[in-house]
Amino acid sequence: MASLIPCPHCGTRPREEFAVKGDAAPIRPELDAPASDWHEYLHLRDNPKGRHHEFWHHVSGCRRWLIVERDTASHEIYSITDAASAKQGGGA
Amino acid sequence: MRYSALSIFLQGLTGNRRWTPAFRAPEPKPYYDVVIVGGGGHGLATAYYLARVFGVANVAVLEKGYLGSGNVGRNTTIIRSNYLLPGNNPFYELSLKLWEGLEQDFNFNAMVSQRGVLNLYHSDAQRDAYTRRGNAMRLHGVDAELLDREAVRAKLPFLDFDNARFPIMGGLHQPRGGTVRHDAVAWGYARGADSRGVDIIQHCEVTGIRRENGVVTGVETSRGFIGCGKLALATAGHSSVTAAMAGLRLPIESHVLQAFVSEGLKPFIDCVVTFGAGHFYVSQSDKGGLVFGGDIDGYNSYAQRGALSLVEHVAEAGVALIPALSRLRFLRSWGGIMDMSMDGSPIIDRTPIENLYLNAGWCYGGFKATPASGYCFAHLIARDASHETARAFRLDRFERGYPIDEKGLGAQPNLH
Repeated sequence: MASLIPCPHCGTRPREEFAVKGDAAPIRPELDAPASDWHEYLHLRDNPKGRHHEFWHHVSGCRRWLIVERDTASHEIYSITDAASAKQGGGA
Repeated sequence: MRYSALSIFLQGLTGNRRWTPAFRAPEPKPYYDVVIVGGGGHGLATAYYLARVFGVANVAVLEKGYLGSGNVGRNTTIIRSNYLLPGNNPFYELSLKLWEGLEQDFNFNAMVSQRGVLNLYHSDAQRDAYTRRGNAMRLHGVDAELLDREAVRAKLPFLDFDNARFPIMGGLHQPRGGTVRHDAVAWGYARGADSRGVDIIQHCEVTGIRRENGVVTGVETSRGFIGCGKLALATAGHSSVTAAMAGLRLPIESHVLQAFVSEGLKPFIDCVVTFGAGHFYVSQSDKGGLVFGGDIDGYNSYAQRGALSLVEHVAEAGVALIPALSRLRFLRSWGGIMDMSMDGSPIIDRTPIENLYLNAGWCYGGFKATPASGYCFAHLIARDASHETARAFRLDRFERGYPIDEKGLGAQPNLH
């Protein structure tokens, strides 16, 4: 894992400041969605060897949720965006 | 060639020039009844029990590297069966019983050493949890004893009993737990399977799974197409990658777990000690090095290396438990890739594809399970029915609502 993570709000920060939540792809189903949707959301993962989007929380920094696009084999980071901004359609 | 004290003596008389390789290096045949993907401990054990117990010998094991190059040769060598839940405990106890007879069974010295496993507790609540676990074990016929502080002190006087955050109050001890020389497990199973006709094909990477009319017909490999009647995946760490070749998504994330070996010491720790509250566990190898580790790094990874922050964390936890470690130097470290399942328990099951079988999701507990995993997977492949101790390890248990959540943490793979 890279030792330094470029946070869009705080600049380059040490990796220890961040907590990793995991895969950013699953989207929480509606409450009345069928059980199979919930199963997929809760349990199934693409788990690729290569490019992967995941949620990171900058716990010891700006405390913003970020979406990090990272290679799970080389750990190269391709992009980091603010999760809330990304959901609203904007950039970091 | 059968190994014995006499064979060592006789070979010695002739300058040890007449030893033969422990297993062949065959060319792949065009077709096998069973092809096992993954020549780690579980894949080799599966092949061994298929040939030895279930009478299926037209089997190939495909390994992309060389035998012992992955987690089977790099883990922290611990065996135990101190599990709480009914879905887990009989399976791991079967494994421990198989360990106890393994060396005679496959005629290879795996240095099985039942030196005991001690889990420390630091609070009333943790003691109660271990009391419950120990009672559950004994109800399953497994050995367990609860040690108080003074009993632990008599065993391991050098621990920091008065640590301010985690004072040691006692521990749950399983005397039959211990350690095994892990690479000998790979070689022993490989030799045992090979001598019964199994082809172990190294440096043969599976690149695709061929299907016709919904049934698997064989695998594309770096050494050409190999046809099969049944295909068995035993590729923990990379299970998602191989399952994706057959279009399956698994309830698994791949994470990296680090392990460490120190410089050699004189005899110091004569059992396995776990300090779960501080994320540290340690034993001493027969060569004298301390073998220790902690938790997974916590992010998806297929890189066989971990972060320095975890190295520091493990070292801090180790020194907190055993202050005498502070001047010890690291000799080696290794990052292995783990299948972290959604409940912390493994999968030994059929898949939605009729002749595709799956052995996956071992989290960081795969080594101790090697014999039972191979035995139960071979049972499943040969008889198309789960072994009685592995019935709970279903692939569809998550969807049906029957997870085996030993830690009670929910579907969060980086916490198990």
